[in-house]
Amino acid sequence: MAKRKPKSEGEMTWRDLEIGAIVTEPGNASRYKTGDWRSQRPTYDFKKCIKCALCQIFCPEGCIFQNDEGNFEADMYYCKGCGICARECPTGVITMVEEEE
Amino acid sequence: MADRVGIEVSVAIGDAVKQANVDVIAAYPITPQTHIVEHLAELVANGEVDAAYIPVESEHSAMSACLGSAAVGARTFTATAGQGLELMHEVLYVASSMRFPVVMTVANRALSSPLSVWGDHSDVMAVRDTGWIQIFTENGQEVVDHIFCAFRIAEDNKVLLPVMIHLDGFHLSHVIEPITFPDQSKVDKFLPDNKYPLPLHPDKPVTMGDFAPPIIYPEAKWAQEVNLRASKEIILKCWQEFGEIFGHHYSPVERYHSEKAKVLLLTMGSFSETAMTAIDKMRGEGRDVGLVRLRLWRPFPFEELRRAVEDAETLIVLDRALSFGGPGGPVCSEVKAALYGQAKKPKVVSFVSGIGGRDISPGDFEEIINKGITISEKGSPNEFEIFGVRE
Ligand code: SF4
Ligand code: SF4
Repeated sequence: MAKRKPKSEGEMTWRDLEIGAIVTEPGNASRYKTGDWRSQRPTYDFKKCIKCALCQIFCPEGCIFQNDEGNFEADMYYCKGCGICARECPTGVITMVEEEE
Repeated sequence: MADRVGIEVSVAIGDAVKQANVDVIAAYPITPQTHIVEHLAELVANGEVDAAYIPVESEHSAMSACLGSAAVGARTFTATAGQGLELMHEVLYVASSMRFPVVMTVANRALSSPLSVWGDHSDVMAVRDTGWIQIFTENGQEVVDHIFCAFRIAEDNKVLLPVMIHLDGFHLSHVIEPITFPDQSKVDKFLPDNKYPLPLHPDKPVTMGDFAPPIIYPEAKWAQEVNLRASKEIILKCWQEFGEIFGHHYSPVERYHSEKAKVLLLTMGSFSETAMTAIDKMRGEGRDVGLVRLRLWRPFPFEELRRAVEDAETLIVLDRALSFGGPGGPVCSEVKAALYGQAKKPKVVSFVSGIGGRDISPGDFEEIINKGITISEKGSPNEFEIFGVRE
C-alpha cells in the first residue's frame, strides 16, 4: 500500500501512509501474494489437455496462463487453491492435492 | 459593503453556499433541512450558482455522490437531518477516512419512533464517532459564518476532513433573522480554491478506499485520529483569521459570565441563547451563575473545557439526547471523562431535556440550575435527571 518508495506493510508506520491511505502506485496489487492463502494446489496431467481454456476463464484469480509448451497452468504466486479449475476442466487434467509447503 | 438582510436561516445557508462558490451539491430533502437544498436547487436551476446539483434517491446516495465529487477535487456541499443522517451513517465514515473535505449542514432532528420532525441532538450523537469535524451553531449568523469557515477548514491541506455544521431543526433552520452577508471579494480571499492534493485523474491514477489487511489497518486508523486531533490548531487559526476579517469571533468553548462563577451551566446549540436570558436574570438577582457553550464537538476541546470549568464548584450539563441505558446525556459523559483525572474539578450534574422539539424556557433553565445545585449538594441516586417530562 501507499508510498512511492515501497516499504513492506509490516515496516510501515502511520506516517508512511498517504492521506486517506490512498494508493498512488498503479497496479501494485500485483505484489500481493494471494498464493499465501492456499491449502491445496492444482497438479496437472497435461496429456489429457485439449486446450479449451475453460480453466483460465473460470479461475477467479485470473492466474492461469499458457506456459511455453502451450499448456494452461496456474501462477502459484497467486493461485489461492480454490479448486474451481479442477472442477471445471472437462477432461480431468487437474487434480487438487494438499499443499505441503 | 456587506449586506444585512432579514432572511430565513435555511435560505441564508443556500446563499452562503453560493458565495462559497460551491462546485457540487448532492442532496436528498428531509424536514427540517428541506429549505436549504430546495433553495440551492433553485439557485442552480436559475443559473445563479455555477454548480452541479445531483438529485439522488436517498441520503446514502447523497453522501456517496459527495465522495465521488470530493475525490476529483470539487468543492462539495450537502445537508440533511435526523433519519437522513442515520441513513448516511456508513458513508460518513468513508468520507472522513478517505479524507474528503465535504461540508454538510445538519438541521438537528429527533429520531423515530414515535415519528418526530422536531429538533434535538439524537441524530448528532449517533454519528459522534464518524471522524467528522463537528461544530455547533447558535444563530443564523453563526451558521452563515461557518459555511465559509467549514470549507476553509475542511479543504486546508493539513486537515482534509469533512465538516458538519449543526443547527437546531426549526428553532434555527426555520426562523427569520437579520444576517450579514460578507462582501464577495472578501469571501473569495478568505476561501481560496479547493486544491485536493491527490484527486482522481486519469493522468495520475490512484486507488482510494483500498483494502487494508490487519497488518496495516490500525496504522491507517491511527493516522486518521492523529489528523483529526491536529485539525484543532487549524480550526483555531481559521476562526482567528475570520474574526479579524469579518468581526465575528468564535472559539471551541464559549463563555458567558463564566469566569469565577461558582455554578456553571453547559449547553450546545441554539438553546444556549435562551440559557443566556436565564443567566442574565439570575445574575441580576445576585446569583453566582455562568454559562459555557460547547461549539466544537469534534475534535473535543479537552484543554479549553477544563480551563473553562476548573474554578466552578458545580457544573450542570444539559443534553438534548438520551443514551439509552447508559450513563446519562452523551455530552455529559464526555465532559465527565474530560474532567475525571483533574485535581481541580466541579461536581458534574447531568440533565436531559428539550428532546423531540420540546421547548426549554428561560424559567425552565432557572429551574434546571436550581435543581442542579441541590443535586450537587445532596447527591442523587440517578445517573442523570430528565427535565420537563410528566411523571
Ligand atoms: S485452484 Fe483456483 S485459484 Fe488456483 S488456478 Fe485453480 S481456479 Fe485458479
Ligand atoms: S480446462 Fe482442462 S482441458 Fe481445458 S485448458 Fe484447462 S486444463 Fe486444459
